[in-house]
Amino acid sequence: MGMGLSFDGKNLMHGFINFFRFRSTTGAKHATAHWWAQRVTAILLIPLLLWFVASIISLVGAEQEDVRTWIGVPWVSILLIFMFGVLFHHTQLGLQVVLEDYVHTAWLKSISIIFVKTAAFVLFIASSFAILIIVFAE
Amino acid sequence: MVEFALPANSKVTEGKTYKAPEGTKNVKNFKVYRWDPDTEDNPRIDTYEIDLDTCGPMVLDALIKIKNEIDPSLTFRRSCREGVCGSCAMNVDGTNTLSCIKDINDIDNDAKIYPLPHMPVIKDLVPDLKQAYAQYASIEPWLKTNTPAPKNRERLQSPEEREKLDGLWECVLCFCCSTSCPSYWWNGDKYLGPAALLQSYRWIADSRDEETDARLDNLEDPFRLYRCHTIMNCTKTCPKHLNPAKAIGEVKVAMMQRK
Repeated sequence: MGMGLSFDGKNLMHGFINFFRFRSTTGAKHATAHWWAQRVTAILLIPLLLWFVASIISLVGAEQEDVRTWIGVPWVSILLIFMFGVLFHHTQLGLQVVLEDYVHTAWLKSISIIFVKTAAFVLFIASSFAILIIVFAE
Repeated sequence: MVEFALPANSKVTEGKTYKAPEGTKNVKNFKVYRWDPDTEDNPRIDTYEIDLDTCGPMVLDALIKIKNEIDPSLTFRRSCREGVCGSCAMNVDGTNTLSCIKDINDIDNDAKIYPLPHMPVIKDLVPDLKQAYAQYASIEPWLKTNTPAPKNRERLQSPEEREKLDGLWECVLCFCCSTSCPSYWWNGDKYLGPAALLQSYRWIADSRDEETDARLDNLEDPFRLYRCHTIMNCTKTCPKHLNPAKAIGEVKVAMMQRK
């Protein structure tokens, strides 16, 4: 009983100390997940961006209606939304690391990271919304 | 924010020049960083003209010659003079290395000698390594077990298991790698740096150690481990030709494998 109590107290104190020693919005326990997600999204982006750039090049000079038709193809729209999801997720993961590296004023770092994450999320919603409007306008 | 320029009192100025005696044929200039904490002066670069015909082959030999024969106030750390103690780590010719195993003939033009980069300087070529040592201590660099020791013999290890420690045990803790790492320059107070991380992996990779999980827990942190961005300066500069970047990569793999 006594041992159990002191063990809990020690754990609590340990977490408390770590929290203040290493300020980070990642949350210390998610460091590996963050690092891994950055790698996975980077690898996913290679085929996705190649496909996207190749598609855009093949659409150079096309009429607006043709481009809308291309975006309206179900698998194309799904892949596009997926690509933007991966792209903006990767962007915010990477920018967070850059901000953690170089911005050492704690409050400025936190605000910058929150701004980047919010902006990436809003941009993902906006791009998905733009694609869905075209899909459902048919 | 990160400071990209030196503070005003750290700006390096031109120092004194110590001429070689008349008639000396084989002269090389040694440009050495000097800073004395007992004066208000900025750091300076003193130039010593050294007669290589009367000097040993290594950079440390030249420094000892300067201290013995020209300027006894020159301050630097040295001990073994054969690359096993790690004391004489400094920045020679733009690269962190052990001055005792750095051949003077490998340096084109003037030999520029500075303390290890981005550490507080105590005097001249002596950097303050307090933080680096504390980080080394934080990885608890000793064998940790929870099972009782075998009776009448040591804990055994197969030759294959022992082989996994090659390239790790040779580290002499000179901190050439950590002080060459830009990530360590920017976040050295929170990032452990390549030296401490290679040492940490030395115990993670040891088949006899039974605290691997706790060791990995200690590194599960966005700064302590994951400030390594695979810049590879550590591996490039290591005077013992070890590969701290690979060791850090192995720690990340171990992190993934237990998830």
